[in-house]
Amino acid sequence: MTSSSILSVVTFVYGLAAFFYLSGWVFHKPLAGRMGTWVSFIGLAGNVAGIALRWAESYRMGIGHAPLSNLYESLVFFACMLTICCLVVEMRSGSRITSAFIAPLAFLAMAYASLSPNISDRIQPLIPALKSNWLIAHVITCFIGYAAFGVAFGLSIMYLFKQGQGDTDAGGLTARLPSRSVLDELAHRMVMFGFLFLTSGIITGAVWANSAWGRYWGWDPKETWSLITWFIYATLLHARMMRGWHGKRIAVLSIVGFMAVMFTYFGVNLLPGLHSYGAAG
Amino acid sequence: MGKKAAAAGPFHYIWNFLSSVKLTVAVLLTLAAASVFGTLIPQMGNPAQYVAKYGEVFYRFFLLLNLFDMYHSGWFRFLIVLLTANIVVCSIDRLSSLWKVVFIKTPRFKHAQFQKIPKKVNFEKTYPLGRVQEMYGAYHAKAFRYSRIESSVKGVYLFAEKGRWTRLGVYIVHLSVVLLLTGGLIGSLFGFEGFVNIGEGDTVDHIRLRSSNETKPLAFAIRCDDFNVSFYDTGAPKEYRSTLTILQNGKAVLTRDIIVNSPLRYRGINIFQASYGRLPTNSVKLSFTDRDSGMVYHEKGVIGKAIALPENRGTLMIDRFNQAANFKGHVIGEAFEATLTLNGKPPHNLLLPLRFPSFDKMRKGALTISVAGFDQRYYTGLQVTRDPGVLVVYAGFILMIAGCFITFFLSHERVCVELAPHGNNTRVTVVGSSNKNKFGMQRKLEHLGDKLSQLKL
Repeated sequence: MTSSSILSVVTFVYGLAAFFYLSGWVFHKPLAGRMGTWVSFIGLAGNVAGIALRWAESYRMGIGHAPLSNLYESLVFFACMLTICCLVVEMRSGSRITSAFIAPLAFLAMAYASLSPNISDRIQPLIPALKSNWLIAHVITCFIGYAAFGVAFGLSIMYLFKQGQGDTDAGGLTARLPSRSVLDELAHRMVMFGFLFLTSGIITGAVWANSAWGRYWGWDPKETWSLITWFIYATLLHARMMRGWHGKRIAVLSIVGFMAVMFTYFGVNLLPGLHSYGAAG
Repeated sequence: MGKKAAAAGPFHYIWNFLSSVKLTVAVLLTLAAASVFGTLIPQMGNPAQYVAKYGEVFYRFFLLLNLFDMYHSGWFRFLIVLLTANIVVCSIDRLSSLWKVVFIKTPRFKHAQFQKIPKKVNFEKTYPLGRVQEMYGAYHAKAFRYSRIESSVKGVYLFAEKGRWTRLGVYIVHLSVVLLLTGGLIGSLFGFEGFVNIGEGDTVDHIRLRSSNETKPLAFAIRCDDFNVSFYDTGAPKEYRSTLTILQNGKAVLTRDIIVNSPLRYRGINIFQASYGRLPTNSVKLSFTDRDSGMVYHEKGVIGKAIALPENRGTLMIDRFNQAANFKGHVIGEAFEATLTLNGKPPHNLLLPLRFPSFDKMRKGALTISVAGFDQRYYTGLQVTRDPGVLVVYAGFILMIAGCFITFFLSHERVCVELAPHGNNTRVTVVGSSNKNKFGMQRKLEHLGDKLSQLKL
């Protein structure tokens, strides 16, 4: 069995987990929620195994490198980080309903990697620019950051959803969501966690750029967009810590921030620049 | 700040403006929005292309706003300076009052403040008060940075705290931003970024600057001894490798290979593998095949010189070497361009592609001309930079990661353990607060309560 086929199966396992979580929430069936957790763990094990096997396969092909070198590999790693964050938040919050909003993101990332005809799952040799130990540090820190922001995004959507329905809706779907203050606090903690890793990701990227291209900052579109994302989350943190913003406004900023993350990840490939190895193909 | 400044002069007015968090939010969002434009509009492009893309009116408007070299424009730099001033003023403003709190010799504890906190951990210990006090006092001294025992009306308070210094975390982040911008400024004032192409075997002692396109002499010379490019089976490039020798006053002092991601650093100057190409060559070995007799003649040609054709049929002039020649709209790669003049006929332009030796057969001439070989030389394209600000920037990087970690995940924690006698036993109440992460503090207090209730003599 090759890593690509394992990872294709993981796509459907993640889809099943998301389905269980969502039905656990919508139909108020705790058993379905528990199933979601177990299926997520199985999917995560498959995801990690797929990454490890892909790494081994590349060495067998004689072009050994960490499986973090193109869009397919980064999406697979992103889905893995999202699932880990999802499970951690689930344990911390004691509610499986948060996962109903986060697990679908991991499924979408895997589905995009496995099913899109534009994304090749072939193991390719590293081009000279990527042959660096900074590759691993840069990609891992960036994608832990992206995943944390993804989780904060899910929590912020839940917050707006809950607020939109009001607190009086006793028997409805929103009543089962964690309280607004818990959602707000969890999202804030995920943003702080993501910010630390985004910062580390930009910094490892800068140090790498300085050793490969001779400059640590060059206003390349990917660099610039990661800075735009950084500015948005920095605004969020200052607004909350210094101006006491809470609730809806923070949730909106967190959603805007994640849009910027998505553009940094996918949209930038539409613009000309040096990070083209992250593009589809 | 605030109220007292409003009544004072313009300095206080400016100070007040620069120390506001509203300004921080506004500048951060403006910088973000401006950077979006910078990525949508290609930077430092060709004016003609801009006019074609945006039209004359928008071109002039964008030019006025400096949007084609936005990151170096005055207004973008002004925003960065404003952000820096904002960070510095905010930090000074808040640090001046925080300093006394952080570097206090004996921290102040007020029991009344702890009393207000609703969540408390209560339990009873089956030892008399004196023993419990001794035991917990020793525990606090080990687990906290500072601890103190005070007697109360009913018994004693054991105060303890740690992480007071973490209140400075955010200022470490602010300092790091200032270091990054200072490092960037040092780099742009005292550094340079240039490039140079060196043919294999050639030596250069000057480079061309990227910003101004001027040449800049170096304090040493660089010789390219060798250049190699290797490919994977897929055709993707595998490695670009240049062997470089540094010459000081004509004497070789250092020879090293550089590849992408592994530059050469010499006397504060960094030399990076950036690009490569083939040098136009001067001499070429040509072969002439007589269509009728099948005789093959070899001749050596030099660009710019006419040679006599075999059997006195006329002359051939090698005009130039073309890296990407075109034939009727098809790219046929590297080729020599030549002019053939047969006796009694008008001159005729010829293409002699390297990849297709029988290309000239198409002409159906009496002699078929092809390239039998030529001295091929690569040149290596080097990025040559000097940036004395890099160390300052890297120091900023380290401080920024450390500062973010401290700010987000460490807090100033204060606890108060109240002991009151209850017969032969002691009643214990654990309560505490932290300056951030209230949920986490609650969990820590419960943990501390468990620890203390399980302590044995």
